[in-house]
Amino acid sequence: MAKKESTLNNMFFTLLIISLISTALLSFVYIKTKSPIEKVTELKKNLAIKKVIPEFNNSPINECIKLPIKQLKGNDSITLDTLKIYLGKLNDSITGYAIETFSNEGFSGKIKLMVGFLPDGIIKTIEVIEQNETPGLGDKIYKTKSKFSLQFEGKNPQNFKIFVKKDGGDVDAITAATITSRAFCDAVRRAYDGFNYAKKLSNSN
Amino acid sequence: MNQIKNFTKGFLKENPIFVLVLGMCPALGTSSSALNGLGMGLATTFVLVMSNIVISIIARWIPNKVRIPSYIVVIATFVSIVDLLMKAYTNTPGPNGEPSLYDQLGIFIPLIVVNCIVLARAEAFASKNDIISSAIDGLGIGLGFTMALFLLGSIRELLGNMSILNHKFIKDDGILLFVLAPGAFITLGFLIAIMRKITAKIYKNK
Repeated sequence: MAKKESTLNNMFFTLLIISLISTALLSFVYIKTKSPIEKVTELKKNLAIKKVIPEFNNSPINECIKLPIKQLKGNDSITLDTLKIYLGKLNDSITGYAIETFSNEGFSGKIKLMVGFLPDGIIKTIEVIEQNETPGLGDKIYKTKSKFSLQFEGKNPQNFKIFVKKDGGDVDAITAATITSRAFCDAVRRAYDGFNYAKKLSNSN
Repeated sequence: MNQIKNFTKGFLKENPIFVLVLGMCPALGTSSSALNGLGMGLATTFVLVMSNIVISIIARWIPNKVRIPSYIVVIATFVSIVDLLMKAYTNTPGPNGEPSLYDQLGIFIPLIVVNCIVLARAEAFASKNDIISSAIDGLGIGLGFTMALFLLGSIRELLGNMSILNHKFIKDDGILLFVLAPGAFITLGFLIAIMRKITAKIYKNK
């Protein structure tokens, strides 16, 4: 079969057909993978909650406090994202707060963390949920890759300044990944605000 | 016989990294550890084989002037499919909380679209050859790419992180330079030199 000539009609219809077929194919794969992706995201969240707070026997996903984070932009305040605060309870007494927090200051966009607080405000553990940092450098925020996130454990933000040392705080930054370290601190500080908010809420009840 | 040659050329004679020196961005970006390199290589191989097959079928109907955009749409479709599949099925964290493969490769998967090897094979090979040769060409080149990334990743991981396949055998940090981009260039330079030496010997004997 001879090659088609590059007339306007030929070009138009070729591109149209190719785009249509690939759109159909992509929609099919998207629909097929939608529920596995949701399941895996849910599973990861559950695992992260389990890791960051002490024993609990309620279902924290159903006891979630949402705290919208607003940022001033000009005269308007826009909602950046929502902090999700999960309460872990053992026989109705709170054993810990798992706070899903974020920072938009990462080297390649958003970083999402799960920070676990004990009821007295001490940080128990921090888990990374989502990140796009440079492999081999910024991804040292993972516990398995370096000790960076371990330095927060057992610290109370009241007397442990969550800023990297360059900015006058107490946190040792990851070598060659200061921006990532700053973003990490930003997310943890935000989580602490969320903790205070949840604490006040549960005290007033 | 011809198909065997077609397959093996991707490893030495036309290795995309060491000989053609194509697709440097993902090669240097994702080869910070052996497993990352392997994952990236295999994902690229899948895209290469699939896009080569499809392009070798449809190339005869595509008008010359719109062939590049058409190829890009085909490639982008397959990359998005890989991205979705990996997000769904390689996204479970390891038993000790290691990040999943999808988390590790992060932003590099969508970047397969702009990997010039994929487009180069479509333009230079698949559009002029039949389905079977194109599929074999894609597989050979893809596995050659995977091999190169795995080699590059292993060396960088060994020197930069003091570990082999994520198993640390010395507690301390390695030479950080090798995890960074300059280390990738240095390692690549030495590897290309070694490969040249080997291939020169092989083809002299023929």
